[in-house]
Amino acid sequence: MTDSERSPIKILLSAALPTMSPLWFTQIESRLNVEEKVIAWLETDLDHQLRFSQGLVILTNQRLFSKVSINASWENWDCRQQDLTLIRRDYSGAGNLELIDANSLLVNWRYTIGKDIAAGYLIKQFMRHYKSGSAEEKYLRATQILCPKCKTLLPVDQEKCSICIKNIDARPSVWILFRLWRFARPYKWRLLTGFLLTLGSTAATLVPPYLAMPLMDNVLIPYQNGKSIDISLVTFYLSGLLGAAIIAWALGWARTYTLALVSERIGADLRTATYKHLLKLSQEYFGGKRTGDLIARIGSETDRINIFISLHLLDFATDVLMIIMTTGILISINPWLALITLLPLPVIAWLIHIIRDKLRTGFEKVDRIWAEVTNVLSDTIPGIRVVKAFAQEEREAERFYTANQHNLEINNRVNKVWSLFIPSVTFLTEIGLLVVWIFGIWQVSNNAITVGVLTAFLAYISRFYLRLDSMSRIVSVTQKSAAGAKRIFDILDHVSSVPEPINPVHLPAIKGRIELCNVSFRYGTRSVVRNINLVIEPGEMIGLIGHSGSGKSTLVNLICRFYDVTEGAILIDGIDIRSLPVATYRKHIGLVLQESFLFFGTIAENISYGRPGATREDIIAAARSAHAHEFILRLRHGYDSLVGERGQALSGGERQRISIARALLINPHILILDEATSSVDTTTEKEIQKALDNLVRGRTTIAIAHRLSTLQNANRLIVLDRGNIVEIGSHQELMARKNHYHRLYEAQMRNIDTEGELVGLNVAHKIVGDQK
Amino acid sequence: MIQEFNYHLNRDVFGKLLCTNLDDQSQKSVVPIRTFPITAPNEGISLIDSQGHELVWINNLGELSNELRILIEEELANREFMPEIKYIYEVSNLTTPNVWQVETDLGKTSFILKGEEDIRHLTSMTLVITDSHGICLLIRNRSALDSHSRKILDHFL
Repeated sequence: MTDSERSPIKILLSAALPTMSPLWFTQIESRLNVEEKVIAWLETDLDHQLRFSQGLVILTNQRLFSKVSINASWENWDCRQQDLTLIRRDYSGAGNLELIDANSLLVNWRYTIGKDIAAGYLIKQFMRHYKSGSAEEKYLRATQILCPKCKTLLPVDQEKCSICIKNIDARPSVWILFRLWRFARPYKWRLLTGFLLTLGSTAATLVPPYLAMPLMDNVLIPYQNGKSIDISLVTFYLSGLLGAAIIAWALGWARTYTLALVSERIGADLRTATYKHLLKLSQEYFGGKRTGDLIARIGSETDRINIFISLHLLDFATDVLMIIMTTGILISINPWLALITLLPLPVIAWLIHIIRDKLRTGFEKVDRIWAEVTNVLSDTIPGIRVVKAFAQEEREAERFYTANQHNLEINNRVNKVWSLFIPSVTFLTEIGLLVVWIFGIWQVSNNAITVGVLTAFLAYISRFYLRLDSMSRIVSVTQKSAAGAKRIFDILDHVSSVPEPINPVHLPAIKGRIELCNVSFRYGTRSVVRNINLVIEPGEMIGLIGHSGSGKSTLVNLICRFYDVTEGAILIDGIDIRSLPVATYRKHIGLVLQESFLFFGTIAENISYGRPGATREDIIAAARSAHAHEFILRLRHGYDSLVGERGQALSGGERQRISIARALLINPHILILDEATSSVDTTTEKEIQKALDNLVRGRTTIAIAHRLSTLQNANRLIVLDRGNIVEIGSHQELMARKNHYHRLYEAQMRNIDTEGELVGLNVAHKIVGDQK
Repeated sequence: MIQEFNYHLNRDVFGKLLCTNLDDQSQKSVVPIRTFPITAPNEGISLIDSQGHELVWINNLGELSNELRILIEEELANREFMPEIKYIYEVSNLTTPNVWQVETDLGKTSFILKGEEDIRHLTSMTLVITDSHGICLLIRNRSALDSHSRKILDHFL
């Protein structure tokens, strides 16, 4: 072993950690003392003025030393002598790592949020080495793997970072069309049939000009020179023309029909596959996308690709075949004339190539703008009540007008290029014809070719150039559909941020013990929950309390795995939920949300949404327990009553009870009530409360409630404040503590007092009782 | 409502901004926040305490004494991080996701743009680009960029 191999940095490199940039390598090596080992480091990328600048913080088993920027001098802090603490904070994407002692701030370092995990790791290692036995130590249980390239956290079981993979895979636009082959493969035999039919029909269309040659040379020219017309010969040639026309017609019909059929199926498959994939994507994806955009992608983009395959690609294939065949025929008749005829071809190809790039980005833009127009619609139509209530019709019309105007503007720009393109191609064809005429007349005058040959050539190439003209159109449609395909593959390639585990663990039955280990979650640059540690026993009911924005719903979303934790882990019966198959895991969870969503369909269908095979008896039993049975019976068609898109015909409380019945029917082990009663009045709430009492029995329940009265039955209450747990305990304990919970409770009591309502509250009843 | 009171600001040994109520001498550490960081950065500054409650409202930074204004501006500069793109060197690819090499008012940097939808229009000329880590980069006036940068940017609008 050489010296360098034994150096401390090398030891560290063998660990599964992001590698240090070579820039720092040599600088540090020389600075380390004997027996000093590097434990962790943070490459900072901002200076104190938040300007981008490289710096480094190194933690060793003896000290902390750092350099704020490349040119700054090294600074040291002996961690063994002083009582030091490291704190990290972040705001709007810039992190701040502070080193403080008991008296004051010693130093701070700044970094962009991308380095936050490295900073967290540094702090953890610091705590472990210099503050052993501290509470921080147990957090280290949740191990983390970082992408070595971009240093984002990798999900459990996933070896490659989705961001980096996508980066590598990005290809130029047109190639993306080849990826459509995945959808075409099932129809390859039919496609082959279509191709052979195309070959036949194209060949048939090439017969007439060929027959024009002998017709001219053997019939018409001799007649002009005084010979009589040979009727039998004319009949032969003309029937040949008719026969070719009929064959071309029949084959053309068969080919168009076959290929249209196939392309329609490919389009349908593509649409289904995209939608299926879309449904599997995480909540996060839907949060960042607009409905109109997604609808446009799945609807019109697939249709565009479909038309591209059935019409344009087919035409193009025919054209290419025709050009190849025509070239063959022309060369066989007269190589020199053929050469002259084909001369404009490369020029046109070159022209097409130049315009391609301009058009591609143009069409992508048109698509985006189009999605923008759709977005205005999908924003306003569901929110039409708000628009009307605030009398903002004019403004929305204006917004639509602006989007449309933008659309016009972009289209104008694209059309500018496009409008020049077609006339240029036509012009070149005319020039080409002229060249053939000149060369042909010269050859005829030299008796090198016959008039018939020239006629045939002119007939061929006028078709030929005509096709070139239409072929040039393929550029735009290819670009358009490539842009469409890209937008679809954007969805198809998107790796869910809650990925399916590679080696899933199967849990046949779960007990419902939920354990949150040092859970942190960050949405963008905003840290929503921090270092949550909590164990929920099977069958326990937990109430989550806190101001809005304190992270209650986020915690629930994390437990449901709508999002994955940024740091830490959530365990169910001791197993990380990231190692369970997503859908099976969620089957164990019953969720009742504040805004109960009803799908278009009957009430029975809505109740049995989570268990489509449920019997009528089951559905009714669930509805009874949810106290929904009676009001359902009052509806005109009972359980078969149709409810609208958002269940307009039903009141908030009624909808809520249907969604409770829905949760009851799947008989989940874990029940999550996210503000299940906050959108209804207190009387209805009591009804719902009764329904919930049925639901909660024997299940691990996590309830979020604004009204503290809803949580009377909870075993433990957990008070959250700005992403942290601040208090845990029963109602009595927390009241005795006279802190956060007490304040919340008092505040609510005052509100209820002013409303003049004392119902539903234990304490309120007691007071009344005492007075008696 | 915010209580009107006389206050004084200073920095403590931990580098935090400390707000002293001159009426009752109570002290709280505060953080200044701009209410409209992009459209009106110097108007409407709020000083909030560590619990997130607003203590002091400042209509305009200009109405403060120099000493206070400098303290607040320092603290704001310390907290705010929204690099403003001045020049776009290159993008790795014309299709997203891609890596952007840019010059900002805070120096040269690069970021990953995940999709065109991460470029948002604040007004027709002001854009906010959110990178893969959620950091926001600002283009205050896209028409003020040079033609090279504009051309690149234009591909994604």
